[in-house]
Amino acid sequence: MSILIDENTKVVVQGLTGREGQFHGLRNRDYGTKVVAGTRPGKGGEEIEGIPIFNSVKEAISATGANTSLVFVPPSFAGEAILEAADAGCDLVVCITEGVPAKDEAKVYDEITTKFDTKLLGPNCPGLISPGKSNVGIMPHEITKSGKTGVVSRSGTLTYQAVHELSQINIGQSTCIGIGGDPVPGLSFIDILMLFEEDSETDSVVMIGEIGGTSEEEAAEFISSSMSKPVVAYIAGVTAPPGKKMGHAGAIVSGNKGTAKAKIDALSLAGATVVSDPTEIGIALRSLL
Amino acid sequence: MDLFEYQGKELYKKYDIDTPTSIVVDSVEKIDCTSLNYPLVVKAQVQVGGRGKAGGIKLVSNEEELLSAANEIMGMDIKNHIVEKLLIEEASDIQEEYYISFTLDRSKKQYLMLLSSKGGMDIEKVAEENPDDVIKVYIAPSLGIEKSVVNEALLEARIPTEYHGDLEKMIFSLFNLFIDGDCDLVEVNPLAIVNEGKVLALDSKITLDMNALFRHEEYQKFEEDIPIPATEKVAKDKGLNFIKLDGDVGIIGNGAGLVMSTLDVVSSEGGSAANFLDIGGGAKSKTVSDALEVLQDDESVKSVLINIFGGITRCDLVAEGIVDATKGKSLPWKIVVRLDGTNAQEGRETLKANPHENIVVAENMKEAARLAVSI
Repeated sequence: MSILIDENTKVVVQGLTGREGQFHGLRNRDYGTKVVAGTRPGKGGEEIEGIPIFNSVKEAISATGANTSLVFVPPSFAGEAILEAADAGCDLVVCITEGVPAKDEAKVYDEITTKFDTKLLGPNCPGLISPGKSNVGIMPHEITKSGKTGVVSRSGTLTYQAVHELSQINIGQSTCIGIGGDPVPGLSFIDILMLFEEDSETDSVVMIGEIGGTSEEEAAEFISSSMSKPVVAYIAGVTAPPGKKMGHAGAIVSGNKGTAKAKIDALSLAGATVVSDPTEIGIALRSLL
Repeated sequence: MDLFEYQGKELYKKYDIDTPTSIVVDSVEKIDCTSLNYPLVVKAQVQVGGRGKAGGIKLVSNEEELLSAANEIMGMDIKNHIVEKLLIEEASDIQEEYYISFTLDRSKKQYLMLLSSKGGMDIEKVAEENPDDVIKVYIAPSLGIEKSVVNEALLEARIPTEYHGDLEKMIFSLFNLFIDGDCDLVEVNPLAIVNEGKVLALDSKITLDMNALFRHEEYQKFEEDIPIPATEKVAKDKGLNFIKLDGDVGIIGNGAGLVMSTLDVVSSEGGSAANFLDIGGGAKSKTVSDALEVLQDDESVKSVLINIFGGITRCDLVAEGIVDATKGKSLPWKIVVRLDGTNAQEGRETLKANPHENIVVAENMKEAARLAVSI
């Protein structure tokens, strides 16, 4: 099994007619993902290499039964696109678009969690892949291998690095998920950890965080209280220069949280195995299995 | 992007937020204060805290004092920030100093208003020692802020009711700026009550969300007026994400997470990075040669580590870029290259087919860091 997507996932690509949307949409289909539709207002009726284009997500769903949307539209339209997909009834929306204003993200998060049952991954994330079943996003499937370890990460290339380390020593993955590093991402570490914990075919988890925000600290609390499966964690940015301080407000809100040290300490205390180097992720996990 | 105080106050005007009457100058010769009434305050425009304690703020009561203070502050070095502009404004007869800010609480995923009747220099200390003196109001992004919530916060902050009317108006104006202006932070400290109970925003700290630049063309002007260090300018012009650091190992990588991680691994091998340089996703060969060019201008660099994990980025194109930038040229340092992911094999072969005495290919990230540090 896998979480969020599997071999039955049917994908509608919002922005399939754009350069990125087309490239990755077709790449996902070549991998075996059921990419059943694309949308672009005003281009309904056209098609791209056999994939029908619709004017709206609603039309796409009623014609093809799509249940997941992959969003590639420009940042100024991304918020609306996500809400359109939620309103049309998608179970999952994966937004790859980078550069969405924080205010739009905050509003979308607020609306999607209060009005809809839809889950949102991203924006500004690499998407997710369930090796051998479905790839929804821009992750390079070549480095993945089917198996039982769940991978969740805030960083794109670092996710690939971690997956690569696992595959190199024959540890396969159930699902690899990039939640993105924006201020208001949809699904959080905790949401994903919860799904991995419940998934009968995931037996361990790799979590990759980075400095800034407090989502790793929150994840640590969840690991401590609710995870039975082993977790290997890595935090990037131990030696990074301190980021810009958000006035006094930042200091008042986050206190000492957000530093690499605070995150590493919290995760260690929660029982996760924290490695100091991404190349050690695979070996550390092997020793726990 | 952090704005200077004077830029923030320009935005204030647009949102009907009252501030003292002022002028901004970039040279002492240009000072013309005929429109202002003494006493005045001369304020260094720097993007760093503690300018008051460093002598960057002076109260003057006549032209002679003004020119002397201006001469002293202009060009001053405040924590490595050179003062290039002065804000000269009418001094206020301050009765009360409050604190207010709007920001996003990433953990709660809601907007957060902080309000305190104990504004001024030591607000962080107030928050630490007497957290109840800083009122926190969470605001749902899809709903906005209610009048009743503002009134309650003013009461809870124990601010005298006679000021509530004007403060309420001010709070809504600041919230409008925070939302419509796409600010990551709007902070006023102090938010002052001056003579006759008038409410004035005496300082401004604003951080703009540059992802929203597409709906605020006017912000481009702010960006142009914010100086960037010469070392970072070349990289910025080439569209590269570059930050200068103190060490001597030049770093080039793709993706912020991977580059940060590379800095960590270099450090654990006993070295120290000279910079953070992220060539981003989907880099072409030109991007890589641009990145090498940026590092060539930095004399502190003793060796270079190129760490690429191909996803959208294709390692063969990265290798081509390295060859293009170095073929037939003598290099000031050794370059250690680590390629993995999409088309890594092709990339390594390209480097093998075009050998350079100063380029070494490493098997993995750790070995690459070790080599780059030990060279």
